[in-house]
This record gives sequence, structure tokens and C-alpha cells, in this order.
Amino acid sequence: MSDLLSYAALPEIILAVGAMALLMQGAFQADTEEAGIMATWLAIGLLIVAGVVMLLNPVVATGLFDDAFIIDRYTRFMKILVLVGSAGALLLSFQPFGELKLMKFEYPVLVLLATVGMMMMISANDLIALYIGLELQSLALYVVAAFRRDSVRSSEAGLKYFVLGALSSGMLLYGASLIYGFAGSTSFPAIAGVVKAANIGVIVGLVFVMVGLAFKVSAVPFHMWTPDVYEGAPTPVTAFFAAAPKVAAMALMVRTLTVAFPGIAPQWQQIVVFIAIASMLLGSFAAIGQTNIKRLMAYSSIGHVGFALVGLAANNAEGVQGVLIYMAIYLVMTLGTFACILAMRRNDGPVEEIEELSGLAENNLGMAFALGMLMFSLAGIPPLAGFWGKFYVIAAAVKADMLTLAVIAVLASVVAAFYYIRIVIVMFVKEPKEKFLGVDAKTGAVMALAAIFVVFFIVYPSPLVDAAAQAAKSLRL
Amino acid sequence: MNLATLPILSLVTFLPLVGALFIAFLSQEAVRNARFVALWTTLVTFVLSLSIWVSFDKANPGFQFVEEYAWLGPIKYKVGVDGISMLFVILTTFLMPLCILASWESIQKRVKEYMIAFLVLETLMIGVFVALDLVLFYLFFEAGLIPMFIIIGVWGGKRRIYASFKFFLYTLLGSVLMLLAMMAMWWHAGTTDIPALMQTKFPADMQWWLWLAFFASFAVKMPMWPVHTWLPDAHVEAPTAGSVILAGILLKMGGYGFLRFSLPMFPLASADLAPLVFALSVIAIIYTSLVALVQEDIKKLIAYSSVAHMGFVTMGIFTFTHQGVDGAIFQMLSHGIVSAALFLCVGVIYDRMHTREIAAFGGLVDRMPIYAFCFMVFTMANVGLPGTSGFVGEFLTLLGAFKANTWVVFFAATGVILSAAYALYLYRRVIFGQLEKPSLKGILDMGPREIMVMAPLVILTIFFGFYPAPVLDVTAQSVKKLVADYESAVRTAEQESSERLRIKISEALSGQRETR
Repeated sequence: MSDLLSYAALPEIILAVGAMALLMQGAFQADTEEAGIMATWLAIGLLIVAGVVMLLNPVVATGLFDDAFIIDRYTRFMKILVLVGSAGALLLSFQPFGELKLMKFEYPVLVLLATVGMMMMISANDLIALYIGLELQSLALYVVAAFRRDSVRSSEAGLKYFVLGALSSGMLLYGASLIYGFAGSTSFPAIAGVVKAANIGVIVGLVFVMVGLAFKVSAVPFHMWTPDVYEGAPTPVTAFFAAAPKVAAMALMVRTLTVAFPGIAPQWQQIVVFIAIASMLLGSFAAIGQTNIKRLMAYSSIGHVGFALVGLAANNAEGVQGVLIYMAIYLVMTLGTFACILAMRRNDGPVEEIEELSGLAENNLGMAFALGMLMFSLAGIPPLAGFWGKFYVIAAAVKADMLTLAVIAVLASVVAAFYYIRIVIVMFVKEPKEKFLGVDAKTGAVMALAAIFVVFFIVYPSPLVDAAAQAAKSLRL
Repeated sequence: MNLATLPILSLVTFLPLVGALFIAFLSQEAVRNARFVALWTTLVTFVLSLSIWVSFDKANPGFQFVEEYAWLGPIKYKVGVDGISMLFVILTTFLMPLCILASWESIQKRVKEYMIAFLVLETLMIGVFVALDLVLFYLFFEAGLIPMFIIIGVWGGKRRIYASFKFFLYTLLGSVLMLLAMMAMWWHAGTTDIPALMQTKFPADMQWWLWLAFFASFAVKMPMWPVHTWLPDAHVEAPTAGSVILAGILLKMGGYGFLRFSLPMFPLASADLAPLVFALSVIAIIYTSLVALVQEDIKKLIAYSSVAHMGFVTMGIFTFTHQGVDGAIFQMLSHGIVSAALFLCVGVIYDRMHTREIAAFGGLVDRMPIYAFCFMVFTMANVGLPGTSGFVGEFLTLLGAFKANTWVVFFAATGVILSAAYALYLYRRVIFGQLEKPSLKGILDMGPREIMVMAPLVILTIFFGFYPAPVLDVTAQSVKKLVADYESAVRTAEQESSERLRIKISEALSGQRETR
């Protein structure tokens, strides 16, 4: 038993086998709403079991399949985030999918498979493992983006995501093959052993790989799909997109660059600095004009990725620690914000315009408070959790003497604060509109937990910060 | 109960927060209870904070009542007060109950949330003055934006949205640069502990950058010309109590920051950049006084006069003399009382007439003699008449500046005359003249609640005018140490640079000798 528990890939196996079982059960059962609800609960249960199994595993660091798949504190930290993100997104799907008559068993199965893919990505220590994980995740995501088949916008979102995603996967694969050609190996440590100095072939390959990864984290200039997909996909799916896959792709990017290419760090640092600055600026400025809150969150997520990349650009242990803290806090804030967006519904269906939030403080003070705190937190105002994410990544950049990057980062955060606090103003100052329908218990729970997290994080922040520091150490920067 | 072992500073800091939590659990209808809970919380906090003053050791220039707990690795929860910060804590806790009383009737909308916002704000403001860790300081300093933003935005006047945005973004923009400087200091010194950083010697060129980054934040908060434009807007739109807090305490954070960070940590940059501060201070004093002369709105006039008075503070701080710095602290405390009182005075007539136009008033002395008296005392204090607290601060800062630079004093002193001009002009138009306007015929004098608010302010204004010793005794030792540390740092730097010069010359000479 203990041998089984200590098997490194057990959580992934649980999820993969569980997804198959759910698929079987769904296929041989009547296609009713109850079956869908059941499958979703079971999927949430599987995610929890996988998380518990992972935390119980006494082995902290090991590799499998010829070290193509490794676990260490870093992967554990990121995988927990992914599991929380997936479970949270599933929890948010009950109420809206119930209303849309979309409560089908396929959705939880696809989310589970995407989660397996993400966990593969996080553990990937080899270009092939990287690609397998990435594609498993992406294919599942393309389908869920278009999950609302009868909606033109949802189908369009799925198609757009698929076409652009396939293009980026192709680029990544092309880059990977170039790197293999020059390094003679696909394994990250082996590549690191060979690539000691800048070489034009390797750099071209690396650039292609980074294009693919930048697409997955939706960093500028490969962000174009994000607003459309976020707006078009059903809102619980958007919540899922904004939470878990971002974390996984960021984890993959950090590991690939720091583990496989430490020899040419100055080269990729330049690229990361550029896409970080571009993402922060675009995320800040383009969001100002948005009126749809889902599109706004799309630009906001682009900006947040830019901030997280600041930590990666610093290329030191503090920077990776910062990225980990940032992604953890970002995940919670995103889930909480989308819970609030899902609670914006009236008798004639959900609403997505920011103006619809007018006077929310009069109608539903609890929700207005939660969303207000989340907005201040997203803006990075202390003492809320969002501040700490920014604090650690920017501190790492300052330590690495990247002062221009740090100054641009803080200035971008001020610009971004403008549109976040505009939402607060709309909720607290404008005249109230018609009330929203009641918030269902699961959505309310996610909202409340997220708000409590961002407000009270300051009281006891050290567990997360220390765990991130431990995790960052395992990358041996 | 032994006071020495009690974590008195944390108690004073977080007691208002406890009150806020308590109010949060009251029912929405319990408006009266919310007011009383807020009042009692602030009163108890005030009494507790007085015990700090009582047991404060005036002979000790260092930090007292220090509490230190591990919190986040190198970032610690560390609080303490010295002679510079202690009185600001008292000022905060003193003004707070008055604010609650002043909002007793004028706030009818969302009373519960209003009281919560004020109590949270109190915790954050006290935290700024007691924090002894860079990051902790920044947290309190910035977090205050959220409640103040909501106070202006929700309970403010007609253009409140514009004003709250401007307030928030202006202050945030200044502060983020300070945050970067703090990070740089952290990596350089390896600690975020403020007393330890005061002992750290930063390289001269680094000091310049750090000084400028801190200056960006404090100058906006202060506010100094030309980044003062958010203040009139914020003041005009904020509710009365919001203006009181803004003028009374938030503005003081800038001056406090200069004293806590710029002077002791970056003495060389301070010495080099003092002329800049002098220039900006003098411009602020003269220019904003002139602007105040032409204002139509009472609150705006007082807001501009605040900017001018803060000019005296920055001037005093950067004289690096005992008198100048003492005077700056005294001026901040006095201005905290006087400007807060002036805004409360405006609030009194605003509650009755719902306008702040100067032209809408006139001849109030006939109907409101008590009000006219209070307003006169504060106007005189604002002018800096001897016998009021305003005089002591202005006089000391001018005295200190006289040692540093005579021209600066020459220009700053004209500001004293200008302040007399706008303040008396305001007083004449509002209080004197014929009571002609029909709308004013039925106006009532201050009620017992309003007198209760004004009385302590009147007493303190006159008391400190005649007997400033209680304040100056507290600040003396810490200021002395501050000035001494500054002077020794500058002297060592001069010696070092002359030493380097000497070595260079001797090297050059010996080089010449060898070539010969």
C-alpha cells in the first residue's frame, strides 16, 4: 500500500482512470441532468482525492520514465493550484449549466482530462513530455470552449482557440525539433548540459518554443485570442480557462527556461522582459475601454501574466518564488471574481456589462464587498493578497537590478488600478438598478472563500510564502 | 495591570478594527448603535493612547514600547514610537471621536458602513505612525487609500467620483515608486527593520535615487506644489469628517515620512537636495496663498491654505536645525488641530445651508455668536497670531530657516502676511457684514453636540499657543538625535571626500615625481 502511495504519478493515474470511468458511466447511462450533476460531483471528488494522495506521498523528489516526468516541491505546489482551480471551476458550473440545459457528463470528463494534461505539463522534464501534456490539455480545452454548441459565439470561441492554438503548437513543435537537432537530446537536463553558450540554431528553436508557451499563457503579442475566447465561452468555462491552464502553462514556462536553458539565460531573459512589459502595458491600457466584464477580465489576466513574468525575467530564486506566490493568489482572485460574474443574472438571463453592477452595494452588500475587495486585490492595493504577489515579483526584479522593468511594472499597476476601482465606484456610488437573482450556495461559497482569502491573507501569509520559497529552491537557481 | 508588559501600541492600533468588526455584525437598522459603538471605540482608544503619553520617557531619544513578532521571514511585525511619532498617534486618536461626533447627524445614508470605514481608517493611520518595519509602514500607508477612497466616493459631494479617482491614483502613483525604493533598501541592507536601516550607510549615489523615490510619495501626500492639485478636489468633495481626517492626519504622513526616512536614512541626498525642497516650499507658500485669496468655496480656500502651511513644514524639516525640525513637528500638530477645526466649522454651516459658497453667507455673527467666536479663534490660529498654536510652529520653522538661508525666510515670511489676508478676508465675508440674505435669517447657532466638538479644539489651540512645552518636551530628545546623526553623517562624508581628494592629489604628485 505504501509503495503504491509513494508512486509518483499516482495522482495523474487516479484522474486519468477516473475520467475514463466517468466517460463509461456517462455513455451507458441515460443522458439526464442528474447524471451530469452526479458526474460533476464525482469529478470534484476525484480532484480532491488526487490532491490528498499527492500531499500524502512521502517521497518529495523523484523522476519517472527516464526522468521525463519528475515530481518535486515545485510540481507539488503548482499541481495543488491546478487542482484547486479545476475543482473551483467545476463548483461554479452547476448553477449556470443547469440553467442552460448543459449539465452533461462530458464537461467534467473533459475538465479532468485537461487537468491531467496540466499536471503532465507541470511535471514535464523533457520536450516530448512537455508536448504530450500540452496537447492533452489543449485538446480538451478547445472542446469545452465550444461546449455551448447552439451558441454561435461559443462555437466561434472554440474554433478561434483551436486554430490559433494549433498554430502555436506547431511552432512549439518546430522549435522543439530544432533544439533536439542542436542539443541531441530532448531531456531538459541533457539540453542544459549541451547548451552552454548562445548558438543561433538553439536560439531560433528557443524562440519558437517560447512563442508556443507565450500563446498558452496569453502573453502579448500572442494574446489576441484571449478576449474573444473569454467573452464567447460559457462563463464557467471562462473561469476555468482563466484559472488552471494559466497556472500550468506558467509552471511549464518557468521550468523549461530555468532548467533546460540556464546557459543562455541572458538571451531568453530579453524575450521575457519584452513580453512582460508588453503584457503589462497592454493589459493595463486596453482594459480601460472595456464595457463587458468578461472581456475586462481577459485583459486583466493578460496584465497579470505580464506581472508574473517579471518574476521569471529576474531569473533568481526570489523571482520563481514570486511567480509561485503570484499564481496562487491570482488563481484565488480569478475564481472569486468569476463567481461574482456568475452571480450577475436577472430573470432574462445572465448579464455581463459592467454598468449592470450599478448600485450593487444597496442591493447586495455582501457581494459588493466581496467583489470590491477582489478588485482592490487585483489592483494590488495593500494589505490585500494581490499586493503580495506583485510585491514578491517586483522585489525579485529589483534584486536582479532590472530597475526599468520594475518601474514599468509599478506604473502599469497604477494604470490598471484605474479600471479596477472604476468597478468599485460603479458598485458603491451609482444609482442601483434592478436586483440580481439570488446567489446560489456553491457560487456564494466560492465568492466568500475568495474574499476571505484576499482580506485575511495578511494575517498569516507565511505558509504560502514559505511553501513557495521551498518550491522555488527545488529548481536550483 | 502592568503597563510595561501590555502591548499597548498594538492595542491602540487594532482596537478600532475590533470596533469595526463589531459594527459589521450589527443589524442594518441599528444605526444608533453603530454610532455609539464607533464613538465609544474611538474614545476608549483615545484614553488608551493617552497612557502612552503618560508613561513615555522624554529623556529617551530612541524607540519605546517596542513590540516585535516574527511575521513573514525577514519582514517583521515591529512597532514602536519615539518623540517624533508619538504625538501623531495621539493626534489621530484625539481627532477621531470628534469626527464621529461631527458625522452624528450629517450622515444619514449607510451609517454602518460609514462608521466601519472610519474605524478601519483609524487603525491604518495609527499603524503608519507606529510601524517600525518598512513593509509594515508601506502596508498601513497604502491601505489607508481604500477606506478614504470609499469615504469620498460614497458620502462625498457632487463631483465625488472625479475627486476620489484623482485622490486614489495620485497617491498611488507616488507611493509605488517609494515601494521600489524600499525593495532596493531591503536588498542592499538585508533587512526591513527601520531602526537598523537608520544605522545603514547607503552609498551617496544610491541615496539620491532612494531619496527621490521617497520624495515622490511624500510630496504627493504632503502635498507640495506642484503635485497638490488632488487636495482641493478631495477636500471639497469629501464629507466634513473626511476633510478633517484628510487635513488633520493624512497630510501629516508626508512630513512624518520625511522625518522618519529621508533625513535619517539619506542624509547626504537630503543635504544636496534641500535647495529643491526650499524652492518648492516657498513657491507653495506664496503661490497657494495667492490662489486661496480668490477662492469662492470655503473648503477650497482652507484646502489651499493647508498646502501653504505644509510648505512651512517641509521648509522647517530641511533646515536640519533643531528649531526648524521641532517647529515643523509642532506646525504639523497645530495644523492638525486648527485645519481640522476649520473644516468642522465649515461643516457646521454646511449642515444648515447645504452650500459652501462664501457668497451665500454674511453677517452670521448676529445669529451665531458662539460659532463666530470659535471660527475666529481658528482663523487667528491659521494666520499664526501669537497666543495661538499656529504661531509657535511658524515662528520656529522661520527661525530654523533663518539659520539655513535668509532668502528662503524672506519669501516664506511674506506667506505669513498673505495668510492673514485670505483668512481675514474669508472671516469678514462669512461672519461680518449685514445679515441680509433671507435664507440666513432663521439659521441657528451651534447646538450642544457641536459645542462639545469645538470646545476641546478651542482650548488646545489657545493652550498650546501659550504653553507649547508639553509637545516640545516630548520631541526634543528625538529631534536632537536626528539632527546630530544628520550632522555627523554629512561631516563624515565631507571628510571622506576630502580624504579621497587628498589621496588623489598625493597620488598624482607622486606619479609626477616618478616621471621626473
